[in-house]
Amino acid sequence: MANFQVNKTFQEINEKIRQGKAVVVTAEEMVGIVRKKGTVKAAREVDVVTTGTFSPMCSSGAFLNIGHTRPGIKAARVWLNGVPTYAGLAAVDCYLGATEPREDDPLNKIYPGEFLYGGGHVLHDLVAGKSVLLRAEAYGTHCYPKKSVEKRITLKKIPYAQLCNPRNAYQNYNCAVNLTDKTVFTYMGTLKPRMGNANYCTSGQLSPLFNDPLYKTIGMGTRIFLGGGPGYVIGPGTQHNPDVERTDRGMPRSSAGTLMVSGNLKLMSPRWVVGVSILGYGCSLAVGLGVPIPVLNEEMAMYTGTGDDEIFTQVIDYGAEYPTGETHSLKEVSYAELKSGSIEIDGKKVKTAPLSSYVRAREIAEILKEWIEKGDFQLGQPQELLPS
Amino acid sequence: MYKRMLVLRFPPEITDKPIIYYLSQEYNLCFNILKATILPGEEGIMVLELSGHQKNVKAGLKYLRSKGVKVKSVAQEIRRNDEVCLMCGACTGICPTNALYVEQDSRQVIFNPEDCKGCELCVAVCPVRAMEIRFSKEKVLI
Ligand code: SF4
Ligand code: SF4
Repeated sequence: MANFQVNKTFQEINEKIRQGKAVVVTAEEMVGIVRKKGTVKAAREVDVVTTGTFSPMCSSGAFLNIGHTRPGIKAARVWLNGVPTYAGLAAVDCYLGATEPREDDPLNKIYPGEFLYGGGHVLHDLVAGKSVLLRAEAYGTHCYPKKSVEKRITLKKIPYAQLCNPRNAYQNYNCAVNLTDKTVFTYMGTLKPRMGNANYCTSGQLSPLFNDPLYKTIGMGTRIFLGGGPGYVIGPGTQHNPDVERTDRGMPRSSAGTLMVSGNLKLMSPRWVVGVSILGYGCSLAVGLGVPIPVLNEEMAMYTGTGDDEIFTQVIDYGAEYPTGETHSLKEVSYAELKSGSIEIDGKKVKTAPLSSYVRAREIAEILKEWIEKGDFQLGQPQELLPS
Repeated sequence: MYKRMLVLRFPPEITDKPIIYYLSQEYNLCFNILKATILPGEEGIMVLELSGHQKNVKAGLKYLRSKGVKVKSVAQEIRRNDEVCLMCGACTGICPTNALYVEQDSRQVIFNPEDCKGCELCVAVCPVRAMEIRFSKEKVLI
């Protein structure tokens, strides 16, 4: 166990939050504080650092209970606004995945496909209070004789809706370029030929897992901002991979940790749960997510105080190399360089573009800060930390 | 698919002839008539959107002119629906003129219509379709 000069517990910080005395700053503000005062002083002064990210997160979706009909139905197939859900669950339960396109979507038949409506858009419509057309089919049983149903539902009317995202808040992600002679359409956006642009997709210093890079405070039970309401980390996300190369501050140099998160959809807001269409790739959901990081000691102050110039990622060719499944880094760049508007690769100046909204990430960190300052939001001490 | 929004003026002598019909029949074009009237001077005016292969659209326009129809295009403009825009920045990488760019400190995505050349690349690239093509109405109604 390391010996720290500052030692705080979740309980102590929560007590301060209850009394309205907790000092809360955003991860962006913390960078300046730590640089000015050092980690020990910063750890003494600051109790909680708030983070945020808002970008497409494909591995998202919701468990819905659509309510029993009369007579009852054991729904075997369920569509919402024409988008198929997974209904191989109990009678009127289903899971609506964010990337599921509408059944009659032309997909990539006319390339690049536009993917105008899918699971993510249904989630947005539900959260926005719109009514959604439900269609269900069943084979019929003695106890549930009905074989089909069509009705309009709203989020308010259905008994249960829980956002449950198997993989969100990726800790770091590739920066994508295209070395071929043709424009390519990828999940990293549209990439112009011969390195016409370089796309990246994290909020850098504001991103949740860059503020606790070795998962010392985050795990099952961490309370978070999810889609505009309260949510929880419920475990490591799919593809959570802590074993990657890291800087001496513990920052992963490529994609590493991920979160599985969940929250009551009924408490969310359409501003933070937005269906998106990625040209030539598919539908998805932009999710707003923020994690509060307790500054338990000077080590956590160091992590949360790490700035964009000390966080790095790899530039990867998505034109020819990525599709083969074998990639190598063309260059390591810092988020400060990416945010400057251009990077240099092989002597060429390449324009950079974010896919993740920094403005909205900042807004999430501010909202979370306000919630905590007002005493409305207590920190959840994890029952089990993420694998590190 | 190539699309043009046009204002057509038909001189009185030809307002009773089936002209638009040939655009689909002979030139394989799709049209969508937004407005059609015959003015008191018996001149016909029509606002229509023509779409199809660029080559066919050009040939169709040539045909219209040969029949004495006066053809004018309607200016298109690109606008951003700020209510919908997520301020992500995905459009800034492909905008050839930097009409869309990320402002350094505020990290806001700025759209400067003055620098926009109307290439429409951003329209489909924007994940929430915040970039919209509009036809300037004032110019339609001259
Ligand atoms: S239409 Fe073309 S030039 Fe205009 S903003 Fe969009 S990408 Fe830029
Ligand atoms: S891509 Fe669309 S949502 Fe993103 S900044 Fe540009 S206009 Fe706004």
